[in-house]
Amino acid sequence: MGTAMNRRDLTVSWSLFVRASSLQRKRAVLTVAAIAWGTVAILMLLAFGEGLGRQMMRGRLGMGENLAVWWPGETSKVWQGLPTGRPIRPRIDDIEYLRQRLPNERVVGEIHNWQTPFSWARTSRNVLVVGTNAEYGEIRHHFAREGGRFFNTRDEAEKRRVAFFGDELAREVFGDIDPVGQVVDLGGSPFLVIGVLQEKLQMGNYSGPDSAHIVIPITTFAAVFGRQGLSNVVVKVARPELMPEALERFSEALAARFRFDPSDQEVMQVWDTAEGARIMDNIMLGLEIFLGIIGGLTLLIGGIGVANIMYAVVKEKTREIGVQMALGAHRGWITGPFVLQGLAYTLLGGLVGLVIATIIIVLLGLVPVEGNEALEFLGKPTLSWEIAAVTALVLGSIGILAGYFPARRAASIDPAETLRYE
Amino acid sequence: MNWPIKRRNGNGSSSNGHIIEMAGITKVYDTGKIKVEALRGIDLRVGKGEFVAVVGPSGSGKSTLLNLVGCLDTPSDGEYRLGGEAVAGLDRDQLADVRNRRVGFVFQNFNLLPQLTALENVEMPLMFGGVGRRERRRRALGQLEQVGLADRVEHRPTELSGGQMQRVAIARALAMEPDIILADEPTGNLDTGSGSDVMSLLGALSEQGRTLVVVTHDQHLARRAHRVVEIRDGVIVNDAPAGR
Repeated sequence: MGTAMNRRDLTVSWSLFVRASSLQRKRAVLTVAAIAWGTVAILMLLAFGEGLGRQMMRGRLGMGENLAVWWPGETSKVWQGLPTGRPIRPRIDDIEYLRQRLPNERVVGEIHNWQTPFSWARTSRNVLVVGTNAEYGEIRHHFAREGGRFFNTRDEAEKRRVAFFGDELAREVFGDIDPVGQVVDLGGSPFLVIGVLQEKLQMGNYSGPDSAHIVIPITTFAAVFGRQGLSNVVVKVARPELMPEALERFSEALAARFRFDPSDQEVMQVWDTAEGARIMDNIMLGLEIFLGIIGGLTLLIGGIGVANIMYAVVKEKTREIGVQMALGAHRGWITGPFVLQGLAYTLLGGLVGLVIATIIIVLLGLVPVEGNEALEFLGKPTLSWEIAAVTALVLGSIGILAGYFPARRAASIDPAETLRYE
Repeated sequence: MNWPIKRRNGNGSSSNGHIIEMAGITKVYDTGKIKVEALRGIDLRVGKGEFVAVVGPSGSGKSTLLNLVGCLDTPSDGEYRLGGEAVAGLDRDQLADVRNRRVGFVFQNFNLLPQLTALENVEMPLMFGGVGRRERRRRALGQLEQVGLADRVEHRPTELSGGQMQRVAIARALAMEPDIILADEPTGNLDTGSGSDVMSLLGALSEQGRTLVVVTHDQHLARRAHRVVEIRDGVIVNDAPAGR
């Protein structure tokens, strides 16, 4: 008979486990409660972290993904005999040049007109009008609400007077009336409203939130407002890690065209949102690790509780274990039930904890988020498969360890010693 | 009280008919600071079917000897063959298997598992011996019937009298049909009536041809044995047929 577990070993261990498991009910209940508490703690912490992370991600995506925004500035370095303090002024036709030089990236230009007189029916106010390219809709996540659309390349090519409204502005101006199809007066010219922005969570913005502006084709903008100079340029890369290299080529392309030192920081004022995303990812990862460690420690304490109880059981049953050994029990048959018991208590506690945590999370999900700034920022606690897998793994390990160490002590019992007279 | 007689056909004995063969056995307990010589050279042979009583004052080494005979412990030196099988060099699980197959223990304080019924207690060694569930039950019931407890099989130890508990323990010791029954003061915790019942039962087992080694202070029990071995200070000082 070797030391390896065979079928007989398993059956004997199992029978002993079944016979022993009805004991120690009070202790078992306390232990299961401790583990359940730990599980609730770890699940809630991770679920809040996950909810916060998802909310951050949604907010970040509100503006668009993997974007960099460039605002043209003045030179601060002498270059090829040209003086400093020279403003760099890209124009609409430079967009085409930049697109040729950055074939793998997507480039759009923007011209802003602040305080543009706007009127519709009896409403009149001043608004920010953004003239831009048709690709802006996709790049900057200007998705139209049902029944409308963003303008396309034909609108742009034919300088159509079409306007896309931010949802907040549309609500303030039109109220319950469907804005799409309405004709509005913008800077003295009639424009047809073709779409309204879908409501979105936007955390980062420049020149105000997207919900408050009107977007029109850049060609129309030039015709109506008589301006060609770009306010800023937006570059989109496919993946965040491509951004540094893309920005380098972007600088070189601009420097070659406008003749300035490509390392001139004053000209190249760039907001790299991908870098922000990378930092945010790291913060979220750090937060999750931190919360996970706290939850894990709580569980560990529960595990120590299980181990303690098992130690007490071993001590209490020393004589019985000695008797079983005298009757021919292998050490493995003695340890098996203890490991199973530790695992069973831990997993049962984990299951109870999972149910409680799920109920709490579902109840929290019923609390309305709208209008509550704290909740809007925090997001809703969310359980994911990753969280479940991590928790199960931690629980399983703790359960096995909590059973293993007491079991080892049980196996080291010397039957001759325990069977002496008391 | 009359016990049903069932002759056993011999098994597990060595060619010369000795179940226990001990030569030059010593046992030293080394606690680090002091060494205690519990046994100082024991030579003992017990033949198949013998009923041996081991007597001696407290601390003489009786229980140590019984532990060695029952493979609960290993000698410090000397040679021991149980049923013809050399015990030296076996690991703990192998010793457990030897105990399971060859030795039936009866303790002074019964040592039944309190949460199990009488039947489950008797089934325990059969379970360790790998006997299937149904066969286990059949054999355990048979043994309980033999010790006169057929109507107590579903009782737990707390629901039994001392004498009944010891009879369950004897049934448990018999369950695997071992080569030898080892009993350590089997009547020590019993009143006179139950004690004499247990003695009669042990006597009946001996008459069935079973080999018994019994450690006892009880002169009545010692008189039932074929042979009395007296131990003092870790050596055998007297080994003679019992004077009935």
